[in-house]
Amino acid sequence: METPRHWRLKKQRYALVGEECPHCKAKIFPPRDVCPECGLEAKTVYHFSGKGEVYSYTSLTDAPAGFQASAPYAIALVKLEEGPIVTAQLTDIGNEPVKIGMPVEMVTRKLRDDGDERGMIIYGYKFRPVLS
Amino acid sequence: MALLIPENPVGIIGYGAYIPRYRIPAAEIARVWHDEGGGVPVKEKAVPGPDEDTITMSIEAARNALQRAEIDPLLLRAVWIGSESHPYAVKPSGTVVAEAIGADTAISAADFEFACKAGTEALIAGMGMVGSKMAQYVLAIGMDTAQGKPGDVLEYTAAAGGAAFILGTADESLAVIEAAFSFVSDTPDFWRRQSEKYPEHSQRFTGEPAYFHHISNSVNAFLEESGTKPEDYQHVVFHQPNSKFPQKIAKDLGFSKEQISTGLLAPIIGNTYSGAALLGLSAVLDIAKPGDRILVASFGSGAGSDAFSLRVTERITARAKMAPTTQQYIQRRTEIDYAIYARYRDKYVLK
Ligand SMILES: [Zn+2]
Repeated sequence: METPRHWRLKKQRYALVGEECPHCKAKIFPPRDVCPECGLEAKTVYHFSGKGEVYSYTSLTDAPAGFQASAPYAIALVKLEEGPIVTAQLTDIGNEPVKIGMPVEMVTRKLRDDGDERGMIIYGYKFRPVLS
Repeated sequence: MALLIPENPVGIIGYGAYIPRYRIPAAEIARVWHDEGGGVPVKEKAVPGPDEDTITMSIEAARNALQRAEIDPLLLRAVWIGSESHPYAVKPSGTVVAEAIGADTAISAADFEFACKAGTEALIAGMGMVGSKMAQYVLAIGMDTAQGKPGDVLEYTAAAGGAAFILGTADESLAVIEAAFSFVSDTPDFWRRQSEKYPEHSQRFTGEPAYFHHISNSVNAFLEESGTKPEDYQHVVFHQPNSKFPQKIAKDLGFSKEQISTGLLAPIIGNTYSGAALLGLSAVLDIAKPGDRILVASFGSGAGSDAFSLRVTERITARAKMAPTTQQYIQRRTEIDYAIYARYRDKYVLK
């Protein structure tokens, strides 16, 4: 059980809440309080739009423990429109083939159960093809 | 009895729909279970993906409602979710949704339950909260991922979806809620005990004594007390457990096919339970014109019906376009067969 860790991470995980550098305006995700661009302190909360595109992806059929319910699925590097690249599961692909450059948007979904059906349900961001 | 009318006029300032992507045709369910050739109650129903539940679906509908309302989520004073499929037996859905949409911690967050009318129940409670000036804005949601026992007749219709509404003062509204009326009585038509996965229903109570009796009482009282007639409304939305019931009640109460057509979604998405009447309302708001009057009547087993009317304002024109429409979600459709459906809905026993 990792309940305390899930509780600490929930803000950034439910809704892509990161930081903006007050010095060079770089957008930072995940939040780390130091700007990766200019090295200065960056603690201003920034809400990402959730829009981005698939930068790279791979498909998983043999999912790790806790994630079997959604296998097979694709894990992608998503380049957010504000700059940062995040790793996340793709969802609601339907019958569409995943492609590099495919426009996607963030949704909050069940990531997994913590432990078994008696544990907490862990929610977090995934990306899906943009709703046309 | 007098209508429910808040001291300060209240309305909807933003709304948002959500319907999951997957559809199972009723003919496919009939193929597996009981194809008696007697016809099916809907064409198909919406099925949630394996990573969706009432919480995730409520989050998306709420984000759509916030986009239309254009308010800071920190100004919400309540996040209320009506559902009969809250993911936890104990642990509120409302706190997760509030956190995910960026609401403050100084809010009321509660889960409402009243079978299929839990959503309108939350909405009417929200009218009181805003109408008494205890809150500037309230978020009320009706959302469900309904389950039907495999092989049961309810499996044809038990679907997933719903809608979120942000209530505020009438001057800010895209539709002013004119008044509401609730009618309830202790009726044994449908229930689910605490630790049971699937509901029970008593066939002989479902139609006349439950659905038709409660909706006709709430709507007739509403029309009489408000001094309005069926023809005063451009759009009417009834709770829709299947295709037939809402069409019959409309006819019985003197409403035309045209009045119910925009909000009648059950034939193509199934019965979204707490979401049903509210999704119908969101489909109507998507195309409504300033000045239109809308009448909504929900139904919840156990049993009761909430009726309320709205008058659409000129703000609808700009706001309807600010988030995905109900029809966009309906058109995003991936058909699945019974085997995939059984997997997505956890019907295989793995241990
Ligand atoms: Zn910087």
